[in-house]
Amino acid sequence: MKKHENIELIGIKVSRREFLGASAGLSVAVTLGLGGVLSSRDALAQQKRSFNAYISIAPDGTITIQSPAPEMGQGIKTTLPMIVAEELDADWSKVVVEQSPIAAPFAHPIFKEQFVVASVSTFGYWTPLRMAGAQTRRVLMDAAAQRWNVPVSSLTTEPSMVVHAASNRRLSYGEIAAFATPPAQMPALDPAKDLKSMKDYRILGKNIPRVDAPAKVNGSAKYGIDARIPGMLYATMARAPVRDSGPVSSNAEAIKKMPGVTHVLTLDNGIAVVGSSFNAVVKGRRALKVVWRDGLPGDGLYSDLDLQDYVEHGRQEFRPAQDFRITGDAAKAIAGAAKVVTREYLTDHAYHAQMEPFNTMADVRGDTAEIWVGTQAPTRTVNGVAAALKTTPDKVKLNLQYLGGGYGGRTFWGISVDAALISKAVGKPVKLLLTREDDLATGNFRPMTAQKLDVGLDAAGKIIGWKHRVVGESPTDYVHFPGRLAAQGNRDTIFMMGAELPFYKIEHHRSEHVMEKQRARTAAYRGIGSGYTKFAIESMLDEIAHETKQDPVQLRLSLMEFPRARALVQKVAEMSKWGSKRANTALGIAFAEYGPNIKISSMIATVAEASVDRKSGVIRVHNVWVAADAGLAVNPDGIKSQLESSIVWGLSCCLKERISMVKGVVQQSNYHDYPILRMSETPEMHVEILSSTPLPTMVGELAVPGVAPAVANAIFTLTGKRLRHMPMTPQRVLAALKA
Amino acid sequence: MTQFVLNGKPAESRQPPDTPLLWVIRDELGLTGTKYACGIALCGACTVHLDGAPARSCSTPVSAAEGKKVTTIEGLSANSNHPLQLAWVAEQVPQCGYCQSGQIMQAAALLATNKKPTRRQIVQHMDGNLCRCGTYSRIVKAIERAAKGA
Repeated sequence: MKKHENIELIGIKVSRREFLGASAGLSVAVTLGLGGVLSSRDALAQQKRSFNAYISIAPDGTITIQSPAPEMGQGIKTTLPMIVAEELDADWSKVVVEQSPIAAPFAHPIFKEQFVVASVSTFGYWTPLRMAGAQTRRVLMDAAAQRWNVPVSSLTTEPSMVVHAASNRRLSYGEIAAFATPPAQMPALDPAKDLKSMKDYRILGKNIPRVDAPAKVNGSAKYGIDARIPGMLYATMARAPVRDSGPVSSNAEAIKKMPGVTHVLTLDNGIAVVGSSFNAVVKGRRALKVVWRDGLPGDGLYSDLDLQDYVEHGRQEFRPAQDFRITGDAAKAIAGAAKVVTREYLTDHAYHAQMEPFNTMADVRGDTAEIWVGTQAPTRTVNGVAAALKTTPDKVKLNLQYLGGGYGGRTFWGISVDAALISKAVGKPVKLLLTREDDLATGNFRPMTAQKLDVGLDAAGKIIGWKHRVVGESPTDYVHFPGRLAAQGNRDTIFMMGAELPFYKIEHHRSEHVMEKQRARTAAYRGIGSGYTKFAIESMLDEIAHETKQDPVQLRLSLMEFPRARALVQKVAEMSKWGSKRANTALGIAFAEYGPNIKISSMIATVAEASVDRKSGVIRVHNVWVAADAGLAVNPDGIKSQLESSIVWGLSCCLKERISMVKGVVQQSNYHDYPILRMSETPEMHVEILSSTPLPTMVGELAVPGVAPAVANAIFTLTGKRLRHMPMTPQRVLAALKA
Repeated sequence: MTQFVLNGKPAESRQPPDTPLLWVIRDELGLTGTKYACGIALCGACTVHLDGAPARSCSTPVSAAEGKKVTTIEGLSANSNHPLQLAWVAEQVPQCGYCQSGQIMQAAALLATNKKPTRRQIVQHMDGNLCRCGTYSRIVKAIERAAKGA
């Protein structure tokens, strides 16, 4: 291993040492964690002993583990504590999981803040959490060794028990916690030597039930919308429909006179209606008339027309493009090719449509604030609220709630800033909740794209050059902070994810980003760039397979050398009985990786079985088979549920989801004109998990990218018609069938 | 003032009669298990029972509950042990969980009138309840499991 090797992870450069996290995250955890963070908030602190920021143990053997990452459905509140418990050698039945505070010891080791994106929570926290568990185990063993006056090397552990086999003595973790004093300096362990090997796992690799499931079936789980404190007011907002706009004037005075309305506040980005009930403020909001500031770039956004411009820009070779991945000389290879296949693919804007609309409860008193919100970005929320209130982050307490869906949509912290400003202005706690209509109208969307692919073939039909231009707005600065894109060398990993092709052996490859002017509110959306780049890439491979009369599975295998990837394609072909004749349906295949690079990447092969109603143009997907490899399967049923979830997401996006804008204003308003996949449209899903490495990699978005190309490829096999515009709405399908 | 029975106990609302039942339950009476998501009866997250029948509380004025029995997720069982709640945990249905109160209430109304529904009947009955995490296949399995045990 090279000493100074750096790894690029979702746009952030980290050293290998930081990535392994053996020192970074944990040393902070241990130094700050001894008693400090927990004792003040924990009523049982006097009985429980904290061993580091993550672990405390009570004399009755109850082990409390802090889970640092927001729970938005991905199961992370179960997965991360499992990792701690494994190395602690805890009896899982004695483990109680708490959502950790927002504090330095709980920062994600790569992001250096509590932030849940890019499916890298398990991967990122992996080594520090193992070390937190292992160090505590060693402290317990040291304490037992001292008590028994035996060398620590003569001791072993069983779940929640230190054992001295030679004298047949045993002490439970609870008994030890009652007398042990954690040392000022935690024992120095070596992650390469002092952690368990896979064969010794007792918890990892098992189907451990979600710790949040019981509260989510009886209504007791608390989301941001559920926070309430005595004396609070309710608020909703009309936020500016066009990016970066704000109110010029309004009929606020008239709204103030409406029953139940106490305040109408003009903020930079919108107008808040505050009152005694949500019903009253929604009525006020409906009656609100606002003149919005114009003259902004967003005013010129007409999505249907712009998309045609994008297509032109993709064709205009003189237009500058940002290199994404370059190997060899694609232009030269294509120029010298016997045949060039050129295709264009389009995708529309898409909305997260999380079931819980954006909300925050804020209680601002003087220069302090308390916030209740479900967010993917708790640290940014604390910092953002502190900045808006002109106070310091230590004066802002954030109570992290469950997220009623995140999917990249809850990385923004503006809603909490708005709530804090409203609370400050009215001098009372306020619960701010957007209506569905406002949540959608002011949503942050997956950018729309036009993609052009030129693929050069030699006389034998072999791919010798591949050029992929992706045209669209860069979301990175909008998602993070202005200047972030420049800081990462203008490589927009959110936008371009998936366009690298690390697992296909194509000697001359070029992928590039033609950046459009920023006019829309853009976001990371489950699957990020892979949600559309893989649609284009995997459709294109299918087109080439048909052009060159090759079987699509065989073509992919002929391009693949990496054994893990080959195994998945072979497995999914076997699962789906690829090659067998079907009556009124057909199969399509796609392969996708999800991860920052070839060494750290999950991968998946997908087959969809689809049919189409030629009268209505409605596509029906009957079966989806996936074979997935996410490295170590920490919680196999949890992975299976995430794969099912991301198949449904991918299919919803493939068939239905479309945001359009006119003059920058969203044209859809609720689930009737922004439909998402329903139960009756959900295919039978068949999931196989092939686990091949000792490191857990990305799961939460893994099945998204493969679904749309697999469906498009199936429809081509069935009808001979190619669907190159996502979503594949009935109108578009009918048009393609007629063509 | 509107009077009704909420989860077996007398309850009253002082909100205007056109106030959606959802906000009365959540904000005035403090039971937050019933969720707001679309506000216009498109998604089912706010589903409660009105005299045993599933109702979208976001689009039901509180006046429509006058004299009736309203049941929310909190009142479905005494100890979270309704067969559907047990089946939901056994099948590990919830992900973000936000829609699940509505899903379970919708499913409970089905099993109350049809103890052994076919898969087709389950899908038909549940199709108006959206789940953005896409837990649909596990919801079907959980309903089948609960029906088998019932």
